[in-house]
Amino acid sequence: MAISPALGKEFMDIVGKDNVLTEETDRQAYSYDAAVLSPVVPALVVIPTNQEELGKVVKLAYENGLPITVRGSGTNLSGASIPEEGDGIVILTNRLNKILEINQEDLYAVVEPGVITAQFAAAVAQRGLFYPPDPGSQGVSTLGGNVALNAGGLRGLKYGVTKDYIMGMEIFDYRGELIKSGSRTVKYVTGYNMPALMAASEGTLGVFSNLIIKLVPPPKAAKAMMAVFDDINQASETVASIIAAHIIPCTLELLDKNCIKYVEADAKIGLPVEAGGILLIEVDGGHAQMVEEDAAKVMEICKKCGCSDIRIASNEEEKNKIWAARRNALPALARARPTTVLEDATVPRSQIPAMIKAVNEIAKKYRLEVGTFGHAGDGNLHPTILCDRRDKEEFHRVEQAVDEIFDVALRLKGTLSGEHGIGMAKAKWMEKETNRATIEFAKNLRRALDPKMLFNAGKKFV
Amino acid sequence: MSDAAQTVNAAGQAPQDVRELAAALMEIDDLLVSCMRCGFCMGVCPVFGATMKEADVTRGKIALLENLAHEMIADAKGVNEKLNRCLLCGSCQANCPSGVKIMDIFLRARSIVIEYMGLSPVKKFIFRALLVRPKLFNGLLDLSGKFQSLFLKDASKVVGTSCAPLLNPLIGDRHFPALAKESFHAVLPSLNSPAGKSGLKVAFFPGCVADKIFPNVAHASIKVLQKHGVGIYMPEGLVCCGIPALASGDRASYDALLRQNLKLFAAGSFDYLITPCATCTATFKEIWPKLTEKYSFVEREQIKKLHDKTLDITQFLVDVLKVELSEPENSGKRITYHDSCHMKKSLGLVAQPRKILKSLPGCQLVEMPEADRCCGSGGSFTLAHYDLSKQIGQRKRDNIVSVKPDMVAVGCPACMMQMMDMLSHNNDAIPVKHVIELYADSLS
Repeated sequence: MAISPALGKEFMDIVGKDNVLTEETDRQAYSYDAAVLSPVVPALVVIPTNQEELGKVVKLAYENGLPITVRGSGTNLSGASIPEEGDGIVILTNRLNKILEINQEDLYAVVEPGVITAQFAAAVAQRGLFYPPDPGSQGVSTLGGNVALNAGGLRGLKYGVTKDYIMGMEIFDYRGELIKSGSRTVKYVTGYNMPALMAASEGTLGVFSNLIIKLVPPPKAAKAMMAVFDDINQASETVASIIAAHIIPCTLELLDKNCIKYVEADAKIGLPVEAGGILLIEVDGGHAQMVEEDAAKVMEICKKCGCSDIRIASNEEEKNKIWAARRNALPALARARPTTVLEDATVPRSQIPAMIKAVNEIAKKYRLEVGTFGHAGDGNLHPTILCDRRDKEEFHRVEQAVDEIFDVALRLKGTLSGEHGIGMAKAKWMEKETNRATIEFAKNLRRALDPKMLFNAGKKFV
Repeated sequence: MSDAAQTVNAAGQAPQDVRELAAALMEIDDLLVSCMRCGFCMGVCPVFGATMKEADVTRGKIALLENLAHEMIADAKGVNEKLNRCLLCGSCQANCPSGVKIMDIFLRARSIVIEYMGLSPVKKFIFRALLVRPKLFNGLLDLSGKFQSLFLKDASKVVGTSCAPLLNPLIGDRHFPALAKESFHAVLPSLNSPAGKSGLKVAFFPGCVADKIFPNVAHASIKVLQKHGVGIYMPEGLVCCGIPALASGDRASYDALLRQNLKLFAAGSFDYLITPCATCTATFKEIWPKLTEKYSFVEREQIKKLHDKTLDITQFLVDVLKVELSEPENSGKRITYHDSCHMKKSLGLVAQPRKILKSLPGCQLVEMPEADRCCGSGGSFTLAHYDLSKQIGQRKRDNIVSVKPDMVAVGCPACMMQMMDMLSHNNDAIPVKHVIELYADSLS
């Protein structure tokens, strides 16, 4: 069954002829996202330019039984924005990119879902406020996509992730009706906590029309450090000790031995290639004196835990240098081989050494190159497997290795994904992390909100 | 899908000739596969910034090329159209985390696709009949320079542009600087002077736009070089650097242009090759060494040597001659500087032109927002996609006027044309000057 010309025309009547993409060359450009998965070409791409059009498009598509995949910038790493086979259409929200309000008195903003994350953060900063979530794709990702995937980032430990900043939202349901939830107030108990349910829903429950986002005052001072360890266990112990001392750094990033080697080979920034691990630590706060004291305490803890070297940035330039190691981590890994399989299995933070050890053993077993970096404070690691997806035999080993990495993460009481999402990539493991009843429960919930199962049907719970 | 598009047949196979194209594209498969689809190019691509359509951004184009190579799409014409909606500004490559060699991909892909599709008759005439025959080309344009006043009327006296209402169907509603009454080469066809007090001798390549439209830029360059005691080698018979032909996929004309210039450069002896055009500089330095597999060993060696010797004129002044530049005044005429793509993203030159501008007496440098965002010219891109080019140019214009400058400075004559067009259309009385013109003025 193909979409009839009459139906195509109906979409055009809503959004205009230019905003319905029918040419194969246009449609193929929406067949993928940043996940290493096979593309699926959508039957149609529809581009609403205001909220009214968005609602009408959802209604029309749903009435006609078309599987709907909503796409912002298509930067997620789990295939959550790859369209459905068959007559799957893409509803593109990147033109819904207006910041409707930034309220400096009540510390919130109202935005359309297609606003680019970094542009929003910059606009907020201009008003002297702070939007902390900073996923790696923030330069191009949309806020709607961030909510749908509950995107994280480097500041998760102290400031939380996207879900912690959603105060409310308006959603189009499957009938194209506008549903209101949440509020502009700090406290709110009048409805179901829909914003919480929508975070990480991966486009399976409804279509975001606008978002009410919480803002906070920015830190007044920050201090960045780099600590080098001979042994990854020492780095992990340091992380535990810092938190035990009741200091919550805003970032606490780890690079393992392999990752350090790749970064140094590619970027040549003078990293200690013999080290077992590097911690990049930044403390911040509302008071310069307090930040100084925290930084001093963190340095002391690093030394006590046996770090072989520690550097503290005394100015912006030195801070940039320290962060260069982290900035270069993914580029260095990505440049080493054609294909980069970026995982994000997450474990309780005390299990980091066990996880890294297991990842390296698995890589050895399957003869694969791997480098690991990640958010040590969250236990959210990014084991990155380097390969060439054209080499079928090698890629099969990659898939086996990924399976085992998930097994280990679950055995260590962790989770399949800390921030990249389930999408198509990890849906088959969901039952392993939970149980059959959990999957059925989720599907019942979906059926109530999406009776024909048309909202991103092949994602998350299948 | 358009009726003209070729479709994959029932057996899932593309027609034979498309399969040959696919096989040819597999030559760049190793380059294509390194794109990890992160989409970071969306943040910097000027074309995507204007249209917000994924097939207009690098990630989408690479996906289409891969699909064409792997016979997942047979609409070569459609892919070619998308491929041409690119300024070759290199913003994506400069910001690509996985280091995809995007310029290599697009230049090679355009040649491969054009080999299959054929070049448009207009381009065939320009590249194959005109550009490779400098005498005919120059002669024709010299003649037009004399007679153009019959068609042109002034559009903006301050910016220095004209428009040609009678020719609208041909060139659109462009406000362009008229062809110079006397081109640079008509005044100074060749030069061979010995090194002066600097002890250095350079080969000077004016570039087509500086030669024919802005001869003042070329004359200013000569003046500056002579003032600093630099010997100049400028042989007769230099032709276009080749990038317009290559960008249009006309590999044969590109090879012919390259060889003609290479022969002339090889015949001279000089320390550096200097141009006042960031695009020509980037072509000699970055593009020529990339596509050498068809050339002889000797040609490759010559190209390699030129790569080492080629410098933009501002870089030569600041880094090699180390000319004395006075302390910045931070008051007086407000000059804002546009980072041409080939200047910043291809050559990595950011500080040198600014150092010169800051030293100009009675002037101050004011930075515009997004100074390094492409102006939308893209050489022949603006001819084929004028509406898109205008849309991109308007953003540049808005950024320029936002800092209320008295003047815009730039290091690339093609950008000069584009910005003049945009400012003139908006009735902004802001002149556009090449950095070297301003520096030359400060010397007298």
